[in-house]
Amino acid sequence: MISTTSNSGSSSSQSPRSPSASQQQPFLSVTVTDPVKLGNGVQAYISYRVITKTNLPEYQGQEKIVIRRYSDFVWLRDRLADKYKGIFIPPLPEKSTVEKFRFSAEFIEMRRQALDIFINRVASHPELKQSEDLRIFLQEDEETMERARTQETGIFKKKPADFMQLFKDVQSKVTDVVLGKEKPIEESNPEYEKLKHYIFELEDHLAEAQKQAFRLVKRHKELGQSLSDFGKAIKLLGACEGDSLGKAFSELGSKSEFLSLKLQKEAHNLLMNFEEPLKDYVRAVQSIKATMVDRANAFRQQYDLAETTKLKEINLDKLMLMRSERAGEAEFEYKELKAESEEATRRYQSIVKLMSEEIVRFQEQKTADMGLAFHEFAKGQERLAKEIADAWRSLIPKLEKCSSS
Amino acid sequence: MMGSETHFSFDQPPPPPKEELETLALSDPLSAVDPPSSDGSDPLLHPPSPSSSSSFPDPPSYADVIFTPFNGTTTASPTAASSPTSPATSPTSPYLRISVSDPQKEQQEAAATSLVPGGSTYVTYLITTETRDPGRFAVRRRFRDFITLADRLAESYRGHFIPPRPDKSVVESQVMQKQEFVEQRRFALEKYLSRLAAHPVVGRSDELAVFLKAQGRLPLARSIDVASRVLDGAARLPSQLFGEGPTAAVGPEEVGQPAKGGRDLLRMFRELRQSVANDWGGGRPPVVEEDREFLERKEKVQDLEQQLSTASQQAEALVKAQQDIGETMGELGLAFFKLGKFETEEAVYDSQRIRASDFKRLATAAVRASRSYRELNAQSVKHLDTLHEYLGMMLAVHSAFSDRSSALLTVQTLMSDLSSLHTRAERLEAASTKIFGGDRSRTRKVEELKETIRITEDAKLCAIREYERIKENNRSELERLDRERRDDFLGMLKGFIINQIGYADKAASVWAQVVEETSKYARERN
Repeated sequence: MISTTSNSGSSSSQSPRSPSASQQQPFLSVTVTDPVKLGNGVQAYISYRVITKTNLPEYQGQEKIVIRRYSDFVWLRDRLADKYKGIFIPPLPEKSTVEKFRFSAEFIEMRRQALDIFINRVASHPELKQSEDLRIFLQEDEETMERARTQETGIFKKKPADFMQLFKDVQSKVTDVVLGKEKPIEESNPEYEKLKHYIFELEDHLAEAQKQAFRLVKRHKELGQSLSDFGKAIKLLGACEGDSLGKAFSELGSKSEFLSLKLQKEAHNLLMNFEEPLKDYVRAVQSIKATMVDRANAFRQQYDLAETTKLKEINLDKLMLMRSERAGEAEFEYKELKAESEEATRRYQSIVKLMSEEIVRFQEQKTADMGLAFHEFAKGQERLAKEIADAWRSLIPKLEKCSSS
Repeated sequence: MMGSETHFSFDQPPPPPKEELETLALSDPLSAVDPPSSDGSDPLLHPPSPSSSSSFPDPPSYADVIFTPFNGTTTASPTAASSPTSPATSPTSPYLRISVSDPQKEQQEAAATSLVPGGSTYVTYLITTETRDPGRFAVRRRFRDFITLADRLAESYRGHFIPPRPDKSVVESQVMQKQEFVEQRRFALEKYLSRLAAHPVVGRSDELAVFLKAQGRLPLARSIDVASRVLDGAARLPSQLFGEGPTAAVGPEEVGQPAKGGRDLLRMFRELRQSVANDWGGGRPPVVEEDREFLERKEKVQDLEQQLSTASQQAEALVKAQQDIGETMGELGLAFFKLGKFETEEAVYDSQRIRASDFKRLATAAVRASRSYRELNAQSVKHLDTLHEYLGMMLAVHSAFSDRSSALLTVQTLMSDLSSLHTRAERLEAASTKIFGGDRSRTRKVEELKETIRITEDAKLCAIREYERIKENNRSELERLDRERRDDFLGMLKGFIINQIGYADKAASVWAQVVEETSKYARERN
């Protein structure tokens, strides 16, 4: 259960969409802020200040500030994904592929917001918040962090960019694996089947909605631009006219330019508070798909091991019957295998259980997220419409004067 | 000049009609969702019947979106018949209403003198006119007749700002269907006639009256009878070139028109020579356009034209941007409708059902906003069209100004001719007095010369009169241009603004409702 009481101690720059941790003890609240460009040329990157406020005993002190970069977040996500199978790991914003966009103010702000949301989701998840890796991420100094990150990179033999590629490969295999196309061996759980198809179709619908949202942002910008151009042209035209009419033109031109700015502002608002949540939704669905891959793998593993164990048992019985010398060894192997099999089964069942809880949380979370996004969207549109109406309305008295003169 | 109604009321816009309850049946089986812009016909002109099979589960009522346009005029509401009512003319015009309709293909019979074997087809249009002293006329005309009318008017009303006629060429018609082209032309012809009718001078012309009322073939001579003029000119040219006798002189009856091809070849050469002499500041003091007021106004008009061009362009871009945003808003709404439907069908948890209805709520608002934008745009186009129309009017102004310069050139040429004629006469006379008893041939020549001078003098006087007349036309038309432009531009601004306000208010209330309905999510967050 995510508690939603606000944390008065948290920094004001914490994203409004980030879930706030409970105010009663224990609490853990994180802020990602102050992006700074470091390094030069190709090596340049953005670093963020990560401020942790907590009263948990595992953490050193009430407040801790560390410097982190995007790849640190990726490290954390990977570690969580590895350890907490069955849980829908909160998604991270994508690595930017377009070079020149990478350091635009808009992109940096979007990413900062997304990272803030990510870390807070982790910090308020009942299981994930207990992760040692989270503690390392939030507390350790930069050198330790870098060491951990590069070490892990070595082990996993992949860099963030590679992971994305791997993830993409996984995505394409996911359909086969999750939908059981690769092998006939899959769990036959009708409810789960339904869920799988739901998730896949949902992603398509969401992608479409997100695409249109992004386009709408662009349209706002374009309208703003043409209002600005139009305003300028009208002003020039007004200069050809005399007296009051010329003034009226000039005022109209000014209003037009004024509204152009409002539109640009609204475009930004739309991007941050409407389009981003939709993108975030898509990422969340992709995260679920990754969990489904884990589940499918876990299922197959426990199934394979169960089968192998059975064979081993039969073989063992045979050996024992024949009073073979190898019976002892075989028994030992059998016992080992059985333990592994049971472990695999436990892992699989844990995933199943976790997923069923996670899916409930996910649905509730998304209803709240979308509700808020729609609220912001509608608020923005209403505000814009009012500004437009007011701006034009203010011109009417001047036009009235023109016709009477 | 525009002839459109220009009364605007500043009454409160009518309140949006009572809105239907927007409850969307969650178990509604939705057939293929039909985006607003996909079907060929414009749903605003042909609103779907309430029981239409396509569209959204519970489409917003069209009554929500369509209401009286805010420009205060009584022009066609969007639910009228597909062709809007033809524009009325100005209050002083003898014609109340002119409409162009019913394009028909007709076959031209193969005439004996025709160079083209067989006949060619052409389109005729029905021109219906209602006159002020109550009367009604209907005639059939083809495009060529319009050209004739335009040419005749140009000849008769030099110096006036005569509304330019629609282009001959089709230009980008590769993509356009024949039908679309005909419709575009029909529309353009209708506007053209209305503008002519609204012009204080041209509207009362015989040419227009004949065009609108005379049954059967248009009884206006076509100005350009290329064959005969060329022949005529060729015959006269040699005698003109050799400067023999009075026939060489340009008669007063001819100076009423600028030198054109055919007959006036020689005159054209002369005037060309003169204009070159003018340019090089030749020997004779040219008749300078000393009317400084005119020159100032001309400059102003040129400036106006430039700004109009830019403004017209930007207005088009603005309208396009409005259209685009409306379209995208509609697509967004559609995407959310689909999401809502999907979640409803697949719902396992209550949170999904709640979300589904949120999706639909947003979708409905987005679709309504999208339709609003479309309406807004249709009105914006009408208002901002004033810019395009005045830009088009600049052509007429150019013509009128060039009427003036060519009239001036004629005067200058004649004055220069007179000058050299006088010189020749003097020389001849001086020479003949030296011979005792006179030289009969020379005397004859002197008399012929004197006759030529007399004719040329008359022509010069006519030319000067014509020039003055045109100058006056220019002046009064410029005044009219300023006056009417002021009114029309004021009307445009008002209309544009009131329109924008109306739709912005409506949009604000649509979104305010969604804000209200989703406010619980913001409260939860705080």
